[in-house]
Amino acid sequence: MGVRAKGWRSPRRITLFLGRLFLQGCRAVWRWLRSIRWRSWGFVAPALILIAFFLVYPTVMTVARSFFGRGTTLFGPTVEFVGLKNWTYVFTNPVMLTALRNNALWAVLFTACTVGFGLVLAVMLDRVRYERLVKSIIFIPAAISMVGASVVWKFVYAYKPADLNQIGVLNAIVVAFGGEPVGWLIQRPWINNLCLIVVGIWMWTGFCMVILSAAYKNIPKPLLEAARIDGATEWRVFRNIILPLLAPTAAVVATTMVVQVLKIFDIIFVMTNGNYSTEVIANRMYKEMFNFFNYGRASALAVVLLILIVPFMILNIRRFAAQEGGR
Amino acid sequence: MNPRKLIAKTPLHLTILVFAAIWIIPTLGLLITSFRDPANIAGSGWWTVFPKLFSGGQFSLENYIGVLRGEGLARSFLNSLFISVPATAISTFIASFAAFGFAWMRFNGRKILFMLLVGLMVIPLQMTFIPILPIYSKLKLAGTFPGIWLAHTAYGLPLTTYLVHNFMAGIPKDLFDSASIDGASPLMTFWRIVIPISVPALASVFIFQFLWIWNDLLVALVYLSARPNVAPLTVSIANLVTNRGQDWELLTAAAFVSMALPLVVFFSLQRYFVRGILAGSVKG
Repeated sequence: MGVRAKGWRSPRRITLFLGRLFLQGCRAVWRWLRSIRWRSWGFVAPALILIAFFLVYPTVMTVARSFFGRGTTLFGPTVEFVGLKNWTYVFTNPVMLTALRNNALWAVLFTACTVGFGLVLAVMLDRVRYERLVKSIIFIPAAISMVGASVVWKFVYAYKPADLNQIGVLNAIVVAFGGEPVGWLIQRPWINNLCLIVVGIWMWTGFCMVILSAAYKNIPKPLLEAARIDGATEWRVFRNIILPLLAPTAAVVATTMVVQVLKIFDIIFVMTNGNYSTEVIANRMYKEMFNFFNYGRASALAVVLLILIVPFMILNIRRFAAQEGGR
Repeated sequence: MNPRKLIAKTPLHLTILVFAAIWIIPTLGLLITSFRDPANIAGSGWWTVFPKLFSGGQFSLENYIGVLRGEGLARSFLNSLFISVPATAISTFIASFAAFGFAWMRFNGRKILFMLLVGLMVIPLQMTFIPILPIYSKLKLAGTFPGIWLAHTAYGLPLTTYLVHNFMAGIPKDLFDSASIDGASPLMTFWRIVIPISVPALASVFIFQFLWIWNDLLVALVYLSARPNVAPLTVSIANLVTNRGQDWELLTAAAFVSMALPLVVFFSLQRYFVRGILAGSVKG
């Protein structure tokens, strides 16, 4: 033994010290493990693990991937860093500009019409005896798939040359009034986009109506009666009492609709696949993924959707926090 | 009702009638067309069936037999069932545990995690496909039923947990106190007391989620790729539209096959469905 042990630096002491440190550490970890409420975590763990893997992890990675180039792997030697190239594509390419414009068009028209019609129907149907029947009719499309609805409306828009019998309802009406048949899904850029948006409105108005109707029925009826007895016209009752009372619900419904419509995909994928200037962000993203094998651009497009939706996400969280605070 | 009131109400009735017509005519046209002969469909509008409605010979089930056998939609129908029933069951099951945990158990970070959950309800699924796909192909989950069950379960969890949580949070606290005095563990309380009470809420969440998955196109396209042997109805019909876009006898029958089950669910369980929608009105 050539090593001279001296003072605190002797190997024996160091070993002892490290050993004690290790034991202490173990004990601390053990205490911490015991302090965790395993039974509480046990209930939420399966859900949290799935959400972490399928929603949180991919979100982070997709943001990162949007700065890399072509290819169908997440990262790897064949995927090169391209900086902001995907992003300049998203905001300068003509097809992409069309898609962004269409998403804006969808967001405005679809939201205004679904919420507007839903509100009008909720108030009107309260005054007739066949309320339940019509409500069911308006609400049915909410139960079927967008693919089914797309087929339904593709048939409504069906086009035959002028010398043949029309088989689509819309062109039959046009021809009956002496017009020329119209290629509804081909007439760019306004008619075909409008026709697609109509399908969306047809599907979602029932949803808005059901929620707004529930809110309307919560308004105390004596309030409206009092106004009427005081001589208020129906319009003023609607404008000055019903509308303000329904506004918070309408706002919630409207945000739901905007979130829905920003992600709109099925209707366009089935009816036009984005041809004839009907492209939207989600359909373009699908094409970049599976037709052009460009995960970089597809990621950037997904992030665009996320950025558009984040304000509504924050809104939801704040509304929830307010609810909890009031509980 | 006096005549003046009747006249005053005419515009109201007319407006409602127009709405009802716009909402019913497209579906009616689809339904009638699906029973007509292909030659008749291409030659005349479906509304021409009305003058000779009861003369017979206009309608047959040929188109349905054609799509179910010839186009393999019978298989797709079963695939749709086999995708949506287990996925809905798993997600409702996991969500009810998580909802109970968030509503009645105490642990660090509970509030933050639940807010994250509320935020994730509206996340675009497009954000998730690209990183998951390579993992799926490595684990051989792409194009398989378990793969899509997992994906649908996870995607549905934020909303289903939120909805069930809202219900469970409203259960009176006394119930738990008396249970814990009797010495029941949280798991027992959950299983014996909370789940039975929550059956109506779980039913509406189940129906809501079932219809969502049944009607989904995007997730199935992404995770089942284009394999016809596992494709659900939505994917098969989207393919039909692309490949046989003018064969209305096929498209109308196929669309109605996909709508049949949701319509049955809707009409028989409308109460639960509407309740689900009212509870989940913040969902995107």
